[in-house]
Amino acid sequence: MTRNLILGAVLSSLVLLAAAVSFLWTPFDHTAMNIPAKLQTPNAQHWLGTDHFGRDLMSMIMVGARTSIAVALVAVGIGMGAGVPLGLTAAARKGSWLDEVIMRGNDLVFAFPSLVIAILITAVLGAGAINAIIAIGIFNIPVFARITRGAALSLWEREFILAARVAGKNAARISAEHILPNVTNLLIVQGTIQFSLGILAEAGLSYVGLGAQPPTPSWGRMLADAQTMVSFAPHLALVPGTAIILTVLGLNLLGDGLRDWLDPKLRMART
Amino acid sequence: MLRYALKRLLSLILSLAVASLVIFLVVEVAPGDPASFMLGVNAQADTVAALKAELGLDQSKTARYLSWVAGMLGGDFGTSYTYRTPVAGMIADRMWVSLPLAFYALTLSTLIAFPAGIYAAARRGKAGDMAVMGATQLGVAVPNFWFAMMLVLIFAINLRWFGAGGFPGWEAGIWAGLHALTLPAIALALPQAAILTRVMRSALLDILDEDFMRTARAKGLTRRQALWRHGVRNALIPVLTIIGLQFSFLLAGAIIIEQVFYLPGLGRLVFQAISARDLIVVESVVMLLVFAVITVNFLVDLAYALVDPRLRSRA
Repeated sequence: MTRNLILGAVLSSLVLLAAAVSFLWTPFDHTAMNIPAKLQTPNAQHWLGTDHFGRDLMSMIMVGARTSIAVALVAVGIGMGAGVPLGLTAAARKGSWLDEVIMRGNDLVFAFPSLVIAILITAVLGAGAINAIIAIGIFNIPVFARITRGAALSLWEREFILAARVAGKNAARISAEHILPNVTNLLIVQGTIQFSLGILAEAGLSYVGLGAQPPTPSWGRMLADAQTMVSFAPHLALVPGTAIILTVLGLNLLGDGLRDWLDPKLRMART
Repeated sequence: MLRYALKRLLSLILSLAVASLVIFLVVEVAPGDPASFMLGVNAQADTVAALKAELGLDQSKTARYLSWVAGMLGGDFGTSYTYRTPVAGMIADRMWVSLPLAFYALTLSTLIAFPAGIYAAARRGKAGDMAVMGATQLGVAVPNFWFAMMLVLIFAINLRWFGAGGFPGWEAGIWAGLHALTLPAIALALPQAAILTRVMRSALLDILDEDFMRTARAKGLTRRQALWRHGVRNALIPVLTIIGLQFSFLLAGAIIIEQVFYLPGLGRLVFQAISARDLIVVESVVMLLVFAVITVNFLVDLAYALVDPRLRSRA
């Protein structure tokens, strides 16, 4: 176990925990306005302070974590769900027209500036969490397709795959039964990294008003609301910003840590 | 080399063709007809029809796609639905904010990343390396628009060294323009600098293990001399590739940063056009950004192949 892995796991679990607990309990109702208590800095009653409507920031951050996690997680799911089969297929049919089409398609999606297309998609389909998920998810597909294909290609050269072919299994069965289990570690690590990128992307989209819509709380929109008040209530920007940074940092550390931990070669080199 | 270049050029043209088709189709399915949007809910049906004819919206989708592409090839991006001015002119105006901003950010990120990456690689595993790597972890985790808000809070509101936003225009002088772009450029450069530092460091570390580095040490160069004379130069190839890719990220990433600083760049143009259903502007700006990204990638590939002959055969 490395320090990265532990720190990353702790930070990520804290965020997950905050989101999970928010279903059962938050310090206050995250939508309840209380104008007399507006713009309070962190204190004993409101641990992270209150916003310009007197809403409790701690409660908003906890519920906002749900939005961030849900959007990023489903986007990773879309990327894996479509990208992994594409990558496996491309590797199984290496050099064929199918491989060529899949890889060129990947290059094309990669060439689009993801943010611009996310904005285009949300602009066309309308702003909202679902469309943010689609926009972020589409850009996860080529990432997973590419790393799956790369890892699968080297596996196809191995003897145990040859043995499976001699045993009469076809390419689809070999991909599902022998290739996929051997690329799982890689996918978990990449999934963690894409998850953190998804959190950042969701925050960016909601910041410009294209993500989750009110009253669904989201960290990005809390920052957008804070912008005009940052001069006299900096905590409005500091609180959601810190939440985003700690989440992304935690997931990145977790990804790095998992990579080192799951890769036996690196592990042996260390001991 | 020529064969490789031609092959890449063909795939460049193909990518651009598919990209233009995708952008056109995505925008076409957008709900809301621009003509009725411009005229408001009380417009007569025949007025809407007349405006549609004027804007060319009554033609078939194929005809409109072809005329859009043909126009762009000749530098004509069509006429904005809302402003009734040529889109090419609007884009050109905004470009003078977005492009300098991207270059400014790229310069800053390179100026930060080179020394930081070299420093970290030279002190692999020591405290200095750990500090730099820790800083880069933080750098990639910070949303750049949040960092931008913090810069405004510290340097514009509290210290009053910079304005909190807006752009005086280049007519006000180069220094006034650069001054207004400084905070946005720093905000944009930070995550890129963090990534570039990591690339620089790992490229150098790969090279430090090479035989020619050992030879350099064996013939009596100190670690530092070997690093500077042989290491940095060889590490430049992967680093330059990333710098090329970053330029397109910066150009697109500027969209959100422009919102934070109220800069009249391409990003704000896109947002205004989206809310006004000015589809031709949205299409053209997005296409232009995609064109820039694909072309920069193409040039980086070519430059790469020129430097490293092994890559030519792989295409």
